[in-house]
Amino acid sequence: MFKFLIRRSVGAFVILILISAFTFAMFFAIPQDPALLACGKNCTPQNLAIIHENLGLDKPITAQYWEFMKGIVAGRDFAVGHCDAPCFGVSFNDDRFVWDTIIDRLPLTLSLTVGGLVIFLTLGLGAGMIAARNKGTFIDKAFSSASLVLSSMQIYFLGPIVLGLLVYSTGWLSSPKYVPITENPAAWFVGLLIPWFVMSLIFTANYTRMSRSTLIEQLQEDHVRTAKAKGMSEKYVFFRYAWRGSLTPIVTILGIDLGALLGGAIVTELTFSLAGVGRLAVESVLYKDLPLTMGVMLVSAAFILLCNLVVDAVYGFIDPRVRLS
Amino acid sequence: MTTLTKTEGAPSPTGAGSFLSVRDLHVRFSTEDGIVKAVNNLSFEVERGKTLGIVGESGSGKSVTNLAILGLHNPRSTEITGEIVLDGQELTGASEKTMEGLRGNKMAMIFQDPLTALSPYYTIGRQIGEPFRKHTGASKREARERAIEMLEKVGIPHPKTRVDDYPHQFSGGMRQRAMIAMALVCDPDLLIADEPTTALDVTVQAQILDLLKDLQQEFGSAIIFITHDLGVIADVADDIMVMYGGRAVERGTTGEVLRAPQHPYTWGLLSSMPRLGGDVSQKLRPIEGTPPSLLNPPSGCPFHPRCEFKDKVPGGVSCAGDRPLLPEGRGAACHLTPEQKRTYFIEQIKPRLG
Amino acid sequence: MSDELTLTRPAAPAAGTGEPLLEVKGLTKHFPIKGGFPIKRTVGAVQAVDGVDMSVLAGESFGLVGESGCGKSTTGRLLTRLLEPTGGTINYRGQDITHAKRKQLAPIRSEIQMIFQDPYSSLNPRQTVGKIISGPMEINGINPPGGREKRVQELLEIVGLNPEHYNRFPHEFSGGQRQRIGVARALALEPKLIVADEPVSALDVSIQAQVVNLLQQVQRDMGIAFVFIAHDLAVVRHFSQRVAVMYLGKIVEVGDRESIYNRPRHPYTHALLSAVPEAVLRDEDETEGRERIRLAGDVPSPISPPSGCRFRTRCWKAQDKCATEAPPLVQIEGNTPGHLTACHFPEEGTTGGGREVVLDPGLVAMEHRDTGSAGAAGSGKES
Repeated sequence: MFKFLIRRSVGAFVILILISAFTFAMFFAIPQDPALLACGKNCTPQNLAIIHENLGLDKPITAQYWEFMKGIVAGRDFAVGHCDAPCFGVSFNDDRFVWDTIIDRLPLTLSLTVGGLVIFLTLGLGAGMIAARNKGTFIDKAFSSASLVLSSMQIYFLGPIVLGLLVYSTGWLSSPKYVPITENPAAWFVGLLIPWFVMSLIFTANYTRMSRSTLIEQLQEDHVRTAKAKGMSEKYVFFRYAWRGSLTPIVTILGIDLGALLGGAIVTELTFSLAGVGRLAVESVLYKDLPLTMGVMLVSAAFILLCNLVVDAVYGFIDPRVRLS
Repeated sequence: MTTLTKTEGAPSPTGAGSFLSVRDLHVRFSTEDGIVKAVNNLSFEVERGKTLGIVGESGSGKSVTNLAILGLHNPRSTEITGEIVLDGQELTGASEKTMEGLRGNKMAMIFQDPLTALSPYYTIGRQIGEPFRKHTGASKREARERAIEMLEKVGIPHPKTRVDDYPHQFSGGMRQRAMIAMALVCDPDLLIADEPTTALDVTVQAQILDLLKDLQQEFGSAIIFITHDLGVIADVADDIMVMYGGRAVERGTTGEVLRAPQHPYTWGLLSSMPRLGGDVSQKLRPIEGTPPSLLNPPSGCPFHPRCEFKDKVPGGVSCAGDRPLLPEGRGAACHLTPEQKRTYFIEQIKPRLG
Repeated sequence: MSDELTLTRPAAPAAGTGEPLLEVKGLTKHFPIKGGFPIKRTVGAVQAVDGVDMSVLAGESFGLVGESGCGKSTTGRLLTRLLEPTGGTINYRGQDITHAKRKQLAPIRSEIQMIFQDPYSSLNPRQTVGKIISGPMEINGINPPGGREKRVQELLEIVGLNPEHYNRFPHEFSGGQRQRIGVARALALEPKLIVADEPVSALDVSIQAQVVNLLQQVQRDMGIAFVFIAHDLAVVRHFSQRVAVMYLGKIVEVGDRESIYNRPRHPYTHALLSAVPEAVLRDEDETEGRERIRLAGDVPSPISPPSGCRFRTRCWKAQDKCATEAPPLVQIEGNTPGHLTACHFPEEGTTGGGREVVLDPGLVAMEHRDTGSAGAAGSGKES
């Protein structure tokens, strides 16, 4: 199992290198001179030349890629000053180091995604469990049809409705805003409540359906029947045998869904005007801020790969057949 | 000999004398296609220390019956009527709590496929120890000790280390041994073995059958052994009950049923299986047709659509109209006269068996 | 290798003349196991089939028995070239088809057909019975006189199904009927050889006999040679004139039915036969019973099979020689011609005598306790 994880880490690292090369190639595939983008509206040839030199665009591509990669590991010097590792370059727009901007925005996005993850796993798996235990009853049918409807509710559609309902007309909650958890945990929690729920609703609905169906499948398994035949209580059998068995397929899907979750965070940040990494990504694309786009892309790729590693480790944790082979 | 073969002077038909008594059992499932009449009018008894073999093909109701004894059917979709009395205790109306206390304790079950019947997520030791802890209140350590002791008893080498293995680390035969250890961990009085050797290789099957027989001598449990294989039954059972289409069609001691079978279905089973010592020039005589649908069971005798002797029944009795009853004790549910049963078997069936 | 030549369809053989139809030498199939660290590579192999020699005569039925993992199914798939052999040769009527390519095989494909175990998964549920059975004719571009539909209806009749069920789907049939459809499909191209892999083991006892009889009738009426693969020794005995016993990828004993079942020489054959439960009760006056041999444990892993004789780890006669030297499959002293045994220390050619050999440690312990006699557990006893 340990060897397996190491192999996967090595694989993830290779993928990261490939992604970086790909994004870097993208940088040059654009028909426009990147320096022109950085130069802004009132671009003089002198300015352009300076930018060319600053960005190292006068060097061959491979050398530039090497510089870029070296910057991530060891830091790099720019006209605006020394950029500490990990250095993803300088933004075209505000001359800030890309990494600093990302670091500023990261806590919000992390709060959003991790919080959303916790919410939809708790609610989704919980509701799925309740539905499976009461299979065929009114509760089951209500949960199933509700999740069917909710799974088609998009964030950008639901967001404004919830805002209108809970903020503008009733005033129960104030507009979503981000307060760092280190400053005021309560405000952090209240401020993100609406985005969390809106973002995780589709996921909650999907995980309700999925955990319900895998649980019902598991309840038909032979080993569940054996546990019952041993005299174990219904509750014990349900949780220790059936639920335990339903985890593996859920974790599999979760690994795939992490990318979707990040996409959900982008839409959520835009919907609620929150300044996170997702919004940063959109802005960087709109303003053609290539270093920023690359930085965001690499950081999110690293995040997803890391999550997948965690999923692999969780696999080994929940399934001895994976752990011991 | 068990009370299956009791004579006129035997105890009351409620079976107060025997350890397990099933009276007039009906099991029905409601499905989307309709009501499945899985078991009908079934009555039998088993005594301590004896083995009852239930033979039948798929859909005969043999497994359903035993899941009903353990109370493992989903109560929402299953209707069970009749009496199941275990050691004087009525089980059909018993609460879930009562049944939990009996399962794995007083009565235990061994399933067919030990790979799927054991959970892949827990160690063998834990799965064996679980019912022991639940029913005796033993500590974790005591349960582990007990698991090791049981593994040793069923012939698992190095039980002290194997106790911490997971099922996928065991071979097929060892898994079934672990399954037996799990069933016997609380010294059950009744052991139900549902096709316990069907998924195993023949040399391993022989080991497991011998093991079960030896363990029965030691533990003195009553065993209900379900199988489709008459050879296996001949090896382990004291008494045999043959089931077809959700009903018992013949019963008697193993010697009686295998030496002088009375029901045309039993004849069909015997003459359709080749045997090691048989005459290879003799063609197998299969039972024509297919087993009945339990949604729409045939009227009268459930076997009549496939029976080659239905026209031989004397005296205006219609196999399609009147359902023959299975007599108490030795007998077969068939309209043929005792004389016919004897002569047809000797003259027509026995020569086919080679 | 026959890369360059396309195999020709040989002239019609005389059925039942005893000329070899299929000859197999040193047939081997190893499935590689990937693993290792840090880079995955082939670290070992499942030696599913390891040096099998056998021949099937025209029109005969050749049985292949053994327990799970002995390689009998893999052998079947190699013979029909559904799997690519790792080594050895397969000769079909004098032509080497061991590594023949798809195109080269085309003329021969129709002569070798396969029947599978599971009648539920081996038929395409979206095709009608007519389409399933005429499929092989279409693929091979065969247009029988009277048309394919008529031929399919004939075939349905031969296998005992109603020809009017031409347009039905597999799910409308029972397990036994589905297996009949599988048989009809195999017969569609008038094969010379059918490899039947556990054709009846998924069926109920009463239905098994129907299918066995059908296969037997087909074999006799049409002179088709069969390789009949099954774990049920009684069924194999009933169906096959010659039988090979496999253990861990090797044939340990082969011979005509009479020799294998009544005068087996290999200890494993003895163990296998003695383990078959019999529905016939011994009469009280019968003193000499069958042997009772109870092996210990299960078949070892084919990834790292025992050295020398592969059966030695479970054999009561094993000596040092068995670990160092693999016994060749030869006609040992006292065997009839064609009865070959791979054993250094063969058994007497009898199955009676009521001999007991108990190697299973659990049973040994318990039986010693029962009888009160002392003895080292696991050492086995022979009486």
